[in-house]
Amino acid sequence: MSRDTALVSADWVEQHLDDPNIVLVEVDEDTTAYDKGHIRGAIKLDWTTDLQDQVRRDFINKAQFEKLLSSKGVSNDDTVVLYGGNNNWFAAYAYWYFKLYGHQDVKLLDGGRKKWELDSRELTDDATQREQTSYTAQEQDKSIRAFRDEVVEAIGAKNLVDVRSPDEYAGRLLAPAHLPQEQAQRAGHIPTAANVPWSKAANDDGTFKSDEELKQIYTEAGVDWGKDTIAYCRIGERSSHTWFVLKELLGEENVKNYDGSWTEYGSLVGVPVVIGDEKGEA
Amino acid sequence: MCGATKGGLSLEGVDVAKESVIQGVVTKGDQPVGNAYVRLLDRTGEFTAEVPTSATGHFRFFAAPGEWTLRTLAPKSDTVDRQVVAQKGVVAEVAVAL
Repeated sequence: MSRDTALVSADWVEQHLDDPNIVLVEVDEDTTAYDKGHIRGAIKLDWTTDLQDQVRRDFINKAQFEKLLSSKGVSNDDTVVLYGGNNNWFAAYAYWYFKLYGHQDVKLLDGGRKKWELDSRELTDDATQREQTSYTAQEQDKSIRAFRDEVVEAIGAKNLVDVRSPDEYAGRLLAPAHLPQEQAQRAGHIPTAANVPWSKAANDDGTFKSDEELKQIYTEAGVDWGKDTIAYCRIGERSSHTWFVLKELLGEENVKNYDGSWTEYGSLVGVPVVIGDEKGEA
Repeated sequence: MCGATKGGLSLEGVDVAKESVIQGVVTKGDQPVGNAYVRLLDRTGEFTAEVPTSATGHFRFFAAPGEWTLRTLAPKSDTVDRQVVAQKGVVAEVAVAL
């Protein structure tokens, strides 16, 4: 993958609003944002109800994903263009999710909803109607999803990239600062993890920085380009943004997103944790 | 009462004594700006969080005690930075005029 195939501009989206084979999908942390106005023709995915199993902590399964996309009117050969608020955190998460289930043609709108709004582009509250389809998903591509045992084994062996804010990395905050801080799990980070906040990869308007700038940021943070990489954050959505940068924009081969992230790791019994701004030892 | 919201977002259900809240309203002229984005930057200028303003122009962060910068972006407006100090158990109110 590369920037040319994975990313589209707001201008490009405006020019393709009436293309029947392009499906715009809005995914927001604030799941009410779509209802207050969305890009014309866009459908909504609710990451809390549509994309999460409602009993276990896991994703919906292959059959549920097929049912979801069929009901939303998405076909296997459609080009899916994702966008959302919070600098595309949850849109990037959905992008990774579509890739996990093998959708071929997925793109992200550079800058997401924020860039679209700051440009004063049109939003509508008109309902979007799409015909039911018969969507077929692939088995999960585990080459892009990391689980806890693999993360523990990666300490000192692979690149671990903690993409939370410096205060969360150091253990001074337990959650992003727009969320209440009352949490049960321990604060801190996984030993040897480099702290490269997801925001380093984005400009103020939410668009991605250039490939050259991105490569430099991760190199300076100590990412070894000869090693495999696992990205994590608190619940796996900001790290999807960084996974997108490393895998889809920079074209790195073996990059995984650890969706369990700190809310799982920070609750595990017996695993090592580092407090403070230093990476810590393996 | 300490920490009253001055007509801002409700703090119902939030244990303010445990939080270091920064909140406020974004206005342009006399009008609230409901489509602004407020970014919270830490003492080194590093991004920490971002929220869109509500329809009434309000925003809120649960920060840690210390010095912070609020950076506000809105359509057809220049970016505005405001400094603020957060304290545990205190609601810091910030009015941002574009």
